[in-house]
Amino acid sequence: MGIEQASQVIPGRTWPSGLATSGVAASDAALRQVLHGLPGVDQVGAEARAASLATRSVKRDAKLWALDMSIRMIDLTTLEGADTPGKIRAMCAKALRPDPADPAVPSVAAVCVYPDLVAVAQAQLAGAQLAGGKPGGGKPGGGRVAVASVATAFPSGRASLAVKLADVDDAVSSGADEVDMVIDRGAFLAGRYGQVYEEIRAVREACGAAHLKVILETGELATLDNVARASWLAMLAGADFIKTSTGKVSPAATPPVALVMLAAVRDYARATGRQVGVKVAGGIRTAKDAIRYLVLVRETAGPEWLTPALFRIGASSLLNDLLMQRSKQLTGHYGGPDYFTLD
Amino acid sequence: MAGKRRQGSGIAAPPAPSQVVASPAAGVAWDYAPAPESREIVTIAGEYGLFIDGEFGPAADGQQFPTVNPATEETLALVALAGLADVHRAVAAARAAYQNVWGPMPGAERAKYLYRIARVLQERAREFAVLESLDNGKPIKESRDVDVPLAAAHFFYHAGWADKLDYAGLGPAPRPLGVAGQVIPWNFPLLMAAWKLAPALAAGNTCVLKPAETTPLTALLLAEVCQQAGLPPGVVNVLTGAGDTGAALVSHPGVDKVAFTGSTEVGKQISRSVAGTGKRLTLELGGKAANVVFDDAPVEQAVEGIVNGIFFNQGHVCCAGSRLLVQESVADVVVDRLKDRLATLRLGDPLDKNTDIGAINSREQLDKITELSAAGDAEGAQRWSPPGRLPEKGYWFPPTVFTGVSQSYRIAREEIFGPVLSVLTFRTPQEAVTKANNTPYGLSAGVWTEKGSRILWMAQRLRAGVVWANTYNRFDPASPFGGYRESGFGREGGRHGLAAYLDA
Repeated sequence: MGIEQASQVIPGRTWPSGLATSGVAASDAALRQVLHGLPGVDQVGAEARAASLATRSVKRDAKLWALDMSIRMIDLTTLEGADTPGKIRAMCAKALRPDPADPAVPSVAAVCVYPDLVAVAQAQLAGAQLAGGKPGGGKPGGGRVAVASVATAFPSGRASLAVKLADVDDAVSSGADEVDMVIDRGAFLAGRYGQVYEEIRAVREACGAAHLKVILETGELATLDNVARASWLAMLAGADFIKTSTGKVSPAATPPVALVMLAAVRDYARATGRQVGVKVAGGIRTAKDAIRYLVLVRETAGPEWLTPALFRIGASSLLNDLLMQRSKQLTGHYGGPDYFTLD
Repeated sequence: MAGKRRQGSGIAAPPAPSQVVASPAAGVAWDYAPAPESREIVTIAGEYGLFIDGEFGPAADGQQFPTVNPATEETLALVALAGLADVHRAVAAARAAYQNVWGPMPGAERAKYLYRIARVLQERAREFAVLESLDNGKPIKESRDVDVPLAAAHFFYHAGWADKLDYAGLGPAPRPLGVAGQVIPWNFPLLMAAWKLAPALAAGNTCVLKPAETTPLTALLLAEVCQQAGLPPGVVNVLTGAGDTGAALVSHPGVDKVAFTGSTEVGKQISRSVAGTGKRLTLELGGKAANVVFDDAPVEQAVEGIVNGIFFNQGHVCCAGSRLLVQESVADVVVDRLKDRLATLRLGDPLDKNTDIGAINSREQLDKITELSAAGDAEGAQRWSPPGRLPEKGYWFPPTVFTGVSQSYRIAREEIFGPVLSVLTFRTPQEAVTKANNTPYGLSAGVWTEKGSRILWMAQRLRAGVVWANTYNRFDPASPFGGYRESGFGREGGRHGLAAYLDA
């Protein structure tokens, strides 16, 4: 999308048409004019709204639905220096059958690994039957657990574009269905929006058929105004998903940040007809947290975003809490932690 | 965008919206299951007496009136109707307690009782919240998260002042006034009782409180809390009743100070009856506040502020932002967003924890809102409400927005005291100020802009007791609240609020 279109999709803002042609779409000044023309975000108000939505009470059938949906939205993640093929295989088994004792528990949406372990995950997941009798939810490849790979010098993104693109190629050629890239926060904070935009576009090209998730690392962007700007920048550059965090920086995902990103994808879809997904990642460990994010999705972006095709939760330990709460919901009592597998 | 990518090197297009909706994962309606707060926590007696001189008892002439749950129209209890004899008895009890116990008591001792009341309020918070929602119709999330915590906060705050009155900056050795006659409204029954009682008691006065006819129950529970806290008899007296009881109280010669919160019409009557008697008077009356949204406002949060401004407590708020003044260049965007947001509001059972909009407090109030809204239609404004059905029993009115409103319309001039917003537009900051001030009221206003200097410029010019910037309906016991012109005079909260109960 060129600036002349971008300027028209931002709600309440109009810009002289022909301000910029696609040739200078990526100029810092032109992008700055668009991004800084977005309505501001009042931090106090956004926090208050997120806090008020956190008081929604989700019980009984609604809770069971939310627990199952949360499981189906998980990108089960391991991003450690100590990751081994064995660890990845175990995680893939967990992703396919989160609860071996209950085949009705659905598989998760995807596993998320470093590029060098994509092939291991892919070998483990290709052709495997999903649990829960439900397809994975509209992602490419349809009814299977997808393999997502981080790339572009994750988590810092401090490398040349050539290195980042090689990283992406590595992931995609190993069979990654989804690529989680990081933006150059340094360039963003320095106002070099054009550079960030071009990098996302280049990665978008390099992804081929793979879905692109763009990690904003909101903990380093610091302000909610920046979160809104980075969200729009990533969407304008072609992101399929915008994602809060790498999980390596604190704070990671927070409800106010998710609120701002969900409002951004809603506004973008209204203006362009294209629905961009949102992924929250980092620090989401309890079923209660997950359900609160689902409430944010429902009441901000809208119920149509309540699908793994448009909302994901990047997590690892969250899954067992969801399983534990699910069995509590069905049986009326909690099982001990050893009744849920640690993979 | 998608088209461009397809031209590129075989990049898959993102799923079109229609595909997403068609996928089995999407399109599943997820609604919250009912999550009602249990009403078992509170025991409602069949009958309630008056609280005079530390004890509950029937009215002298045995009269009673019913109080109903506005969400179901069921009668909750019968409450004693105080007559002139009861007013005499209550004022006499308050006078005796003032002269013998409470007046001479050191401030540090009075503070202990106030702290105790505050703590018991917190301990019994859920009980108060459920009872308030039953009697008033407001959603439990508001009674639980706003009314009851703020009421406790007012007692805590003023407890701290009780032994520091000499240092409140009001003059040396300020003296209490004596017996305060206090009449409160039905929109925040417990909170208004706290606003009245806490500063009066901290300053050393004794009180006779008259809660509203339709919402007497939490004031009576608060009286029980006073007993539980061991407050000396007669320091707080609660007389339930209607307008006649209130009139008898404020005109009683034994009352030294009158404090009233309610309608401007009744406030004027009280003002006349008190004139020339030497009684001190504070009035907190109606309002028709302007919520001013500039084109550089944080739109998303401004919409939240508009919703909070007029739909909080079903719009039964004297400082409600009932006139939205939005800059014409962003009016369409703001109103569109507002309508989308209103469609997500959940109206229904006040005891359900997910309810955003509860019941209208009384049939009488519902009729008034209906009548004024009809006037809006007749005068040519465009009415909009989100789709949805109202419950069959009880008093309900949907969140309503009128666009195309002019300053001359009744819905722009008269206080509706319901969930009805009138949208007007302006072109320049000066026009916003002029329109905002073009009302006989002057209680509150809101300003939404990212420009700090404009906030200050507006705040200096808006004739309102409270001006909120990039927020709305925020209350704190340390912050004085009150209006001027037809919104009344005197302040509640903060040092200024203390001054209303002290002779300095």
